[in-house]
Amino acid sequence: MSATPAAAAEPGRATAWWQNRWVRFAARRLLRLLVSLWVLVTAAFFMVHLVPGDPVRAALGPLAAADVVAARRHALGLDDRLLVQYWHFLRDLCTGQLGDSIGTQLPVGQIIGQRLPATAELALLAFAVAMAIAIPLGAAIAALTRHGRARRTELAFAGSSVVLGAVPDFVLGVLLVFVFAVQLHWLPVAGRDAPSSYVLPVLALAIGPAAILSRIVRVEMLAVLDTDYLRTARAKRLSGLRIHLVHALPNAVTATLTLSGLLLGSLVAGTVLVENVFAWPGLGSSIVGSITNKDFPLVQGTVLVYGIGVLLINTVVDVALAVLDPRSTIGVD
Amino acid sequence: MKNWSRAVRTPLGLTGFGLLALTLFTAVFAPLLWGHQATSFDTDNMLAGASAQHWFGTDNLGRDIFFRVLVATRLSIALAVSATAISVAVGIVLGSAPMLLGRWLGRPIIGLVNTVVAFPGLLLVLFFAVVFGVGAQGAVLAVGFAGAPVFARLCHTLMAGVAGRDFVAAARVSGVGSGRILIRHVLPNIAEPLMVNATIGAGGVLLSFAGLSFLGLGVQSPAYDWGRMMQDGLTGIYVHPLAALAPGAAVIIAGLAFNLSGEAVARSLGVQIDVPWRAAVTPRRRRAPAAGARTGPDTDTDLVLDVRDLRVAFPHGDAEISPVRGVTFQVHRGEAVGIVGESGSGKSLTALAVADLLEFPARVDAERLTFLGADLRDGTGHRHLLGTSLAVVFQDPMTSFNPAHRVGAQLAEAARAHQRATRAQAWQRAVDRLRAVRIPDPRRRARQYPFEFSGGMRQRAMIGMGLMGTPKLIVADEPTTALDVTVQRQVLDMLQEVRAADGVAVILISHDVSVIAEVCDRVLVMYAGRVVEDLPAGELADGARHPYTRALVAAVPDMRSDIDAPLATIPGQPVDPAHVPAGCAYAARCPLADDRCRAQDPPLRTAADRSRVACWHAGEPLPILSDLAALEVDA
Ligand code: SF4
Repeated sequence: MSATPAAAAEPGRATAWWQNRWVRFAARRLLRLLVSLWVLVTAAFFMVHLVPGDPVRAALGPLAAADVVAARRHALGLDDRLLVQYWHFLRDLCTGQLGDSIGTQLPVGQIIGQRLPATAELALLAFAVAMAIAIPLGAAIAALTRHGRARRTELAFAGSSVVLGAVPDFVLGVLLVFVFAVQLHWLPVAGRDAPSSYVLPVLALAIGPAAILSRIVRVEMLAVLDTDYLRTARAKRLSGLRIHLVHALPNAVTATLTLSGLLLGSLVAGTVLVENVFAWPGLGSSIVGSITNKDFPLVQGTVLVYGIGVLLINTVVDVALAVLDPRSTIGVD
Repeated sequence: MKNWSRAVRTPLGLTGFGLLALTLFTAVFAPLLWGHQATSFDTDNMLAGASAQHWFGTDNLGRDIFFRVLVATRLSIALAVSATAISVAVGIVLGSAPMLLGRWLGRPIIGLVNTVVAFPGLLLVLFFAVVFGVGAQGAVLAVGFAGAPVFARLCHTLMAGVAGRDFVAAARVSGVGSGRILIRHVLPNIAEPLMVNATIGAGGVLLSFAGLSFLGLGVQSPAYDWGRMMQDGLTGIYVHPLAALAPGAAVIIAGLAFNLSGEAVARSLGVQIDVPWRAAVTPRRRRAPAAGARTGPDTDTDLVLDVRDLRVAFPHGDAEISPVRGVTFQVHRGEAVGIVGESGSGKSLTALAVADLLEFPARVDAERLTFLGADLRDGTGHRHLLGTSLAVVFQDPMTSFNPAHRVGAQLAEAARAHQRATRAQAWQRAVDRLRAVRIPDPRRRARQYPFEFSGGMRQRAMIGMGLMGTPKLIVADEPTTALDVTVQRQVLDMLQEVRAADGVAVILISHDVSVIAEVCDRVLVMYAGRVVEDLPAGELADGARHPYTRALVAAVPDMRSDIDAPLATIPGQPVDPAHVPAGCAYAARCPLADDRCRAQDPPLRTAADRSRVACWHAGEPLPILSDLAALEVDA
């Protein structure tokens, strides 16, 4: 009579493979990824067609000769019926072709290939730094200020994290440049070469999310510290360090992970602004130029890359959550 | 609206709304007052630093930056508010789609909204910036549309909550159209949370807008907002940092103004956070033992636990409340002592205090609190003693195991922490202990996570956890209350078995007299933080002398045979620890209460047979219903 729930949790026993919760979870998640991908690709396609007027005319300017515009229209396939164009767009995408930049005539894939590493590096480093600050900080503050202890510490933390969380990354970037590059001459103002040139852009991106995330970690940690199983851990008279690090932190962080995925997504978007502050040679500094110059193939390609990046991050976070906390993610069907 | 005015009076709200008022005031009046200074060229002072004449210096055309920042407030705020309005309007339209268009059309729209929400806002802004083109107007539309999905989802959730309510159903039944229902009944009910979110959202929009202008995709010269000014200032940051920093500061302040105001209202809308006094549970400084206190040497070698005048207090507002008010008892080797009482009687707190598990802000005082001769009042230093010799079994086995670790590991770590066992030895002992508490297939079970165990198995595993060391005392706090009736017996039997085999003493906390009578040798009956009676368990049925004990016993139909009886109920309310009456705490519910009871608290007196009772009328016959009936028959 006491063994009933265990049977249900045994994967693959006496049940067909498609009833396995992991398989169903993977299928569901994959379907969502595909739908999102389709929405993204379709949006990127229609983005150009939603622009009022003739995109080629807009790109080449009012002075371009009519036959040049017509020829370019034809070359880009803009004379075909919309559905045909959509079909061609999808087909080209599947073979990895993103067209040529109107401005430089270079293949969009090549331009993006050159710039993507710088952006990805920036976003991932910033994410790592944000997590490395937020998790220990939030957990420590929670442990120190529980039950109204250390009121001042709590107030100082709450105040500074609210303010830092509200400062937009590009304003923070400008501030950091002013303090550490202009005033103190410790770090370079802009560019991407020596390791020291990474410090300011990464911090500009990481500090805001770190502030927000550390507040979440604190709240989660406080909730975990009040659970029955933490009392059990105390009843075992484990050391304080073990109680906090082994018993409390993993449970607090699982809940934080969902949000950190969102944060990483917005970090990717934040690189656009921060790259422009620091003249960082990534996708963000090129997309602004291509929007102003109406270089639509390049804009399309860049938007797709950003979008796919975000979708992949969301998927990875979901999978990580499922692995870390299988019961609440995939246990309930 | 009541919530908004209440929110203004909190420190958070005061800051937020103060900043907001300042920002809005500047937005309205700055262009009127200082429009001229902001645009006039001071050609003698181009790119000048801060001076008395120009507080924040001038830009490359000699225009005063301080006044430009102030004047730019109007455009920055106006653009942000317009964009937010677009977001909210489009959001309401999209979010109400399922309601207006029916499920078949509405579902895909909400699905699309949920897909789009997964993308970060700034990417959506860039996307729409391409569609609507560069410039202030295009940027307002871009930011507005990019914010719409978030509001659409919010509206949808809020509407779904309202749609199920009675007045909407009533309107629908009486044939009111969906559009009218939406406007007349649904929107007014979601207006408040929507406004709060729009206020917080406006702060975010302000930042996005500044970002867009900073990138050169928003406001174009000669118009200027804060983002535009930052971009212009950044190129000259070496020469003239204030030109970039001053508008940046303005962005932060205005953003905070919206954020904090919204947050303050959101908080006052939400549930009041009122920490209940019992939510707190770990150890705290105790009163040092009084000099020359008669603690005497421990001559009694069988004595496991010695508690004298134990008090537990919690801060309560400015004052303190004492849910445990002077509890004295001893537990000897192999003895099972039950503590029974209603919820709020202080029995669980007594157990936690004895197990040294009460946390700040709880305060534990005792004249004596000794476990195996070690004085627990001095706080630290008994970690290993308690870790190996005192086991605790909690009420809810479903929540008392850490969901993130394997059951075996949670047992094994106790041995690792206190007995210097190797990883393999500790694991081996864990499997062995699981077997000892009759977990089938303990090797496999040890590797499972708690959620794979049933409730009864977990509670037995919890007992097994206590057996990792060599316990002398098991404190079991309502160990069967959360379990199925069929499983309760197993757990009780398990406790009995452990006790019989190793001479382990047990303190069993329960509100259920029949459980206590089953397992225990002796019973402490607690009421309002005190022991009111202490008697052998065998005498509960007919030897109880305190009216409260007798009421508890009477509430169980046949306590000897029926362990599954419903909870004991006694007319009247238990005492609120914040308002303990003078005199006997039970007087308000006691059929024997007289004036003396209400004036003087009866002391706990020890009788010749070492049983104790605190009642002025101990053992006097109760005017129970059957007696009254008998009287009536006689008459
Ligand atoms: S002291 Fe009086 S009021 Fe209190 S239990 Fe005894 S009889 Fe009742």
